[in-house]
Amino acid sequence: MAETKHNTGTERNNLSRIGMILLYAALVIVAIFQLYPLVWLFLFSLKSNAEVFGLSPFALPQDPKWDNYIRVWTDGNIDLYFFNSVWITVASVLLTVLLASFVTFAITRMNWKLNKLVLGLFMVGLMVPIHSALIPLFDFFLTVDLIDHPLSIILSYTAFNLPLTIMILLGFYYTLPREVEEAAVVDGCSVHRIFFQITLPMTTPVIATTAIINMIYNWNEFVFVNTFISSDKFKTLTVGIQNFIGQYLTDWGAIGATLIISIIPILIAFLVLSDRIVEGIAAGSIKG
Amino acid sequence: MNKVMSNKLVIALYVLPALILIVTLIYGPILLTGYYGLMEWNGIGPMSFVGLDNYIELVQDSKFWESAGHSFLLAFFSTLSLAGYLIISLILGGKIKGSNLLRKIYLIPMLLSSVAIAQLWIKIYDPNNGMLNSLLMALGVDNPPAWLADPNYVLYAIFVAILWQYAGFYIIIYYAALKGIPETLIEAARIDGANPVQIAYKIKVPLIAGVIKVTIVLAIVGSLKYFDLIYVMTGGGPNGASEVIASYMYQEAFGSYNFGYGSAVAFFLLLITLVITWLTRKLTASGDEVQY
Repeated sequence: MAETKHNTGTERNNLSRIGMILLYAALVIVAIFQLYPLVWLFLFSLKSNAEVFGLSPFALPQDPKWDNYIRVWTDGNIDLYFFNSVWITVASVLLTVLLASFVTFAITRMNWKLNKLVLGLFMVGLMVPIHSALIPLFDFFLTVDLIDHPLSIILSYTAFNLPLTIMILLGFYYTLPREVEEAAVVDGCSVHRIFFQITLPMTTPVIATTAIINMIYNWNEFVFVNTFISSDKFKTLTVGIQNFIGQYLTDWGAIGATLIISIIPILIAFLVLSDRIVEGIAAGSIKG
Repeated sequence: MNKVMSNKLVIALYVLPALILIVTLIYGPILLTGYYGLMEWNGIGPMSFVGLDNYIELVQDSKFWESAGHSFLLAFFSTLSLAGYLIISLILGGKIKGSNLLRKIYLIPMLLSSVAIAQLWIKIYDPNNGMLNSLLMALGVDNPPAWLADPNYVLYAIFVAILWQYAGFYIIIYYAALKGIPETLIEAARIDGANPVQIAYKIKVPLIAGVIKVTIVLAIVGSLKYFDLIYVMTGGGPNGASEVIASYMYQEAFGSYNFGYGSAVAFFLLLITLVITWLTRKLTASGDEVQY
């Protein structure tokens, strides 16, 4: 009796061990599905056309052609698009985080009657599909002469990311103790000094989260640039890549190198700040 | 205290710049879209009022309904795929080694631009030198299809790229929700003799029902708005086989300069998005707050 019980026990253990291994295998297969296309992209970015068209797609590059990267960087205008992406992303992130901090501070720390209404107005913005605003927005920038001007995309990025940024900031502001700010008021501090010298420094962790989330959205944005910008000198990477690939249609190595260049800043940010990104994405999950 | 923190001038200074920005660039345009839908306009010249003509045309436009059908099909598949993401999250949430690393690997595609993802998948699906068909041929499949050029397969091919892009996003949301379930509840069920599958199905899933409903809204509304990826991968082709609502709107307005008609399509997109968001919230209002 005792023996059989023991036996079924180990059987069950074996069974659950096999089950565990199967589940684990499933998870690893999903991970390979998620990761391998990027590895493959990196591999073909180092190949010559002869290798791409003559050998198996799974072959390793025989003699890694780093030259592909140098070629697209200088000849393909990718350097210009890259720096446009950098400065437009940085400018939009700074503007968005500053304006959102102003609003969140005024809503959570200052006393006024309409604060709930104004907050509601910002939050409804989370639900608006950008494509539904695109045509009148285009017309607006045409009217104020900002079509083909970088300000049109910087202002659009800021406006459309404000609701999400405020939402993430809000959660942090509500949990932040007010004692320091209240003491500063008693000491006769001005509102501006309280905001810039006390509140902003205290909210650095959440500012980092919102900044990285904003950075990813802006760096990857395509529709606004594609619609509002026509000159090469203002195009960012997403639209620039499209241009470039239109010209180098059959040059796989060049296309691969361009794509890798465009995703490297994001991958670096991810390696350094993955926890903040995960937190921001979970918090911003209602953004549409 | 109250005096300093009630300074109307400061409040205006802090709130107005952001408020003006969202009113001018979000709410103004959103309201104007419906109005532009009443116009005939080529984007540059003067507008002329045509009443409901564009909206009547929209209702009878078979190309539009075909695009809408594709959008709804994507929404349906995206919603179904949530079940898979939920199962993965449930497995990850069991005490599995390396779950942190796996979660982060799953997320990586979500961080890339749709343009880069589209270009990468164009290469994966390349009929002659792509990864997929080489793999299929190595497995003994003769003449695998040219995925993106074949009207029968193009939408499914795009959907696989969408799966790749968004898997990590939903897994992160589910994983975070599952982490919020108190350990004592699960321990109690285990002592009562529940097996892991029962615990997952009878306890964990019902407890995160609110989050699951939110992700259903996200999947549906997100699918109806798909644009970048499809625009870059196929431009809606071949012959409209992968056209969706947003790409049809873009093509009408910025491709054919029918800005009035494009606005009518955009307004339809806005309405349907708001209705679905509202409906799903309404249907799920009671289940949102779960008490432990």
